Amino acid sequence: MSLVGAKVLRKEDPRLLSGTGQFVDDLSPTGCAFASFVMSSEAHARIASIDVRDALAIEGVRGVYTAADFADFPDLPGGLPDLERPLLARNIVRFVGEPVAVVVADDRYIAADAAQAVIVGYEPLPVMVSIAQATAVGAMPLHSSHGSNVVTVVPMLNDLERELDRCDMRANLHVVNQRCVAVPIEPVACLADWAPGGLTVWATVQAPHHLRNYLATWLDVPQSRCRVIAPDVGGGFGAKIPWYPELFAAPIMSKWLRRPVKFAQTRSEAMVQMSPGRDQEHELDIGFDRDGRIKALRVVITQNLGAYPDPTGLGLAVLTSWMAAGAYRIADVQTSFRTVTTNTTPVAAYRGAGRPEAAYSIERLVDLVARRTGIDPAEVRRRNFIPPSAFPYETHNEPVVYDSADFPAALAECQRLMDYDALREEQVQRRKDPTKPLLGIGLSCWLEIAGFGPNGSLEGFGHLASWESAQVRIQPDGSVIIFAGSSPHGQGHETTFAQIAADELGISFDRIEVRTGDTATVLQGIGTMGSRGVPTSGSAVKIASARVLTKAKKIAAHLLEASEHDLEVSDDAFNVRGSPGKNVSWSSVAWSSVQPLTLPPELQAGSLEERLFHESPNFSYPSGAYGCVVEIDRETGDVSVRDMVIVDDCGTVINPLLAEGQVHGGVAQGIAQALYETMLYEPATGQPITSNLLDYLVPSAAEMPDYVSGRIVTLCPNNPLGAKGIGESGAVGAPAAVINAVVDALSEFGVEHIDMPATPEKVWKLMQGGAA
Amino acid sequence: MSRHIEVEITVNGRRSKRSIDARTLLVHYIREHERLTGTHVGCDTSNCGACTLLLDGESVKSCTLLAVQADGGTITTIEGVRGPYNGFSAVQEGFRQCHGLQCGYCTPGMVMAATGLIAERDGQITDAEIRTGLEGNLCRCTGYEMIVRSVRWAIDNPAE
Repeated sequence: MSLVGAKVLRKEDPRLLSGTGQFVDDLSPTGCAFASFVMSSEAHARIASIDVRDALAIEGVRGVYTAADFADFPDLPGGLPDLERPLLARNIVRFVGEPVAVVVADDRYIAADAAQAVIVGYEPLPVMVSIAQATAVGAMPLHSSHGSNVVTVVPMLNDLERELDRCDMRANLHVVNQRCVAVPIEPVACLADWAPGGLTVWATVQAPHHLRNYLATWLDVPQSRCRVIAPDVGGGFGAKIPWYPELFAAPIMSKWLRRPVKFAQTRSEAMVQMSPGRDQEHELDIGFDRDGRIKALRVVITQNLGAYPDPTGLGLAVLTSWMAAGAYRIADVQTSFRTVTTNTTPVAAYRGAGRPEAAYSIERLVDLVARRTGIDPAEVRRRNFIPPSAFPYETHNEPVVYDSADFPAALAECQRLMDYDALREEQVQRRKDPTKPLLGIGLSCWLEIAGFGPNGSLEGFGHLASWESAQVRIQPDGSVIIFAGSSPHGQGHETTFAQIAADELGISFDRIEVRTGDTATVLQGIGTMGSRGVPTSGSAVKIASARVLTKAKKIAAHLLEASEHDLEVSDDAFNVRGSPGKNVSWSSVAWSSVQPLTLPPELQAGSLEERLFHESPNFSYPSGAYGCVVEIDRETGDVSVRDMVIVDDCGTVINPLLAEGQVHGGVAQGIAQALYETMLYEPATGQPITSNLLDYLVPSAAEMPDYVSGRIVTLCPNNPLGAKGIGESGAVGAPAAVINAVVDALSEFGVEHIDMPATPEKVWKLMQGGAA
Repeated sequence: MSRHIEVEITVNGRRSKRSIDARTLLVHYIREHERLTGTHVGCDTSNCGACTLLLDGESVKSCTLLAVQADGGTITTIEGVRGPYNGFSAVQEGFRQCHGLQCGYCTPGMVMAATGLIAERDGQITDAEIRTGLEGNLCRCTGYEMIVRSVRWAIDNPAE
């Protein structure tokens, strides 16, 4: 029986459910000191003075350091020339939360006391937290050597005015895709131990080899003596990809103090230090005919980068541009973008990273076309879909060739599960009864680009390469250890990769262990991001396992005196086809594989091990159709999600339980972006307004609906599993479904758009006929 | 600035007397003095519930209590939860069966909160009440439905 596709319970769970998981802050080696960073209280200011005397006088304080102490070290790697981020702020602070100094003490309480005791004098500079402020005439550049707050500009080849004008109708929409914070429940933590034998850093990262590669170079130590370990990691959602200054400072302080140094962010620190995502503004123009057929699309994107351009932050708008036309065949598409620095926390990846922004805008526009033409939104979508026969589909951007999809089937399944026609009838009835809440129905037929595996696809975001590795090792007793380059933080690699290998090898799932996240034991790796775990690392596991099996069959054939071509493997044994009872166990074959006297002459001892760097010829393109039904309280404007229908196409599903879990989590984040979450700054001072979990509304179980799940499958032709990835789907598809439902509910008030989050206040104002 | 004080707290059946900094939060007492690291810290405003444990049978957020407030008390942490499902309680097993966890960071707190909730209601609880009963515990991975299913599994399969 195939394990791929089976609801297998997770290998990870027993330790995580018994409190024996090992997260970074759980580690406390002997002599471990604790670091606390002094954060800038100003959004933009010159540092006039730093007085560390009071802090140093506190008993138990081991050291207090400022930028001057780290003068021998370069700025953090990966930045743009003139725009690099210093380890600690040097002369100027550029956002609230930027580390200015760091203290190391015997425990976290003393460290917090000492950080409080550091006195920093600031001379305020003009504050710019919004794109408008930072690009206003005469705005002060955050980085004077760059001379402008505009960092990159990618213009369009043609402004499309003629094409837009040629259409029967055209519409314009300005869309804000607000700044959201990833909020993994575990904030950033690291433990650095610079011992005589080398440096070990335990860190909450999604890409431990990525950190190792750059940390070793930056510290000028050989990679062979720089080991990075990502133990159990408590969620990431993109925010544990970037390099934070804390990860670079801790090793140096460990070296100076000759003891392990640990840092664990508080949530309030995390809210202003971990990279948020989104924060784009879109100027959208769409041209269409009276029958709802879309002819031209123009998307002008501005990306708020925060104070220092992060390599991923710089690339978000590229992905948005690529995916701007979504699931639709549109003759003329033009995109442009620019990126802008502001006095806010640097922006990087958050679940979906550039693709939720694209999906949201095109899905909002399609609904606007429906509104203006009076055609049902589902019908407008059907009239514009790329048909299933058109794949592989070349888009307006050369690197982007959609692999496979069946948009009409996904939408039909979504409408069936929603009972769409009945809902529309219910809505008609509801509108006649002003005592009942407003009812809105929203659709989102989204797709995204994922499975970052083609050469060049991650290099642009500062990564070493885009392959992913796997190493499959048969132990002498026939059990298996797999080392996977993709390091998980909740995805369940230990389970899904073992399922893949079990099918290939014919070895029991229980005898396969997957190891990840340690640069000293895992061959090489890139990381877990961009819904790439299964398409890249999972494919590597599959191919490497198949190669191991080929060699194992030679040994089995030798032992059985049979032809390897007559062998089939199942239930931990090699059987000779057509000769019942003639078999040899996997463990016997494994045992022989390390005994030269029993091996066939062409094999050497230890040959049942394969390593592979898997490269993908193209991306994958997960897609789906989501439907949302909201109810809006007429008195308060409070929006509640009544139904959430999610039909996904991620190609091959390895484990339906885990795939469903991934989608649920992403959808919850998407609903949260649509209704609750926004990282706000006070415009004049740059002070964060939503800088803890009291003010930043991460929803609980009480706010979230039950989900109705459906699935269609179109295989990805670009990897041997046929898998497209599922990690980001929900977060890409859900926001538009929710907001389309909210706008649909508000349509009787003439409302055509509301920016996220659709808070009760904004909704209520729109119901009163005002602007949101 | 720190003042030491003696506390006597029973954790998972073992009573210990310790002299601690008076301002020590209960969660840090558990994690750093008892060295039981299954109880986690996820926020500093009592919103996330990753630090939830049972104090004298009721679920509390241990980041919101000083250790001295638990003086003389009896605490159960995730490490002290036991049951008939290969050693797991019905709640733990429910989370395993229903994929009620992904990264696992909020999970100990979620399990303790659910354990407290089921005990408080003697198992008489609707799905909607499970949701409101767990609203003090945040999970960023699951989107909550599978957590609700997990708790329901525990209610339907009580450990005798």
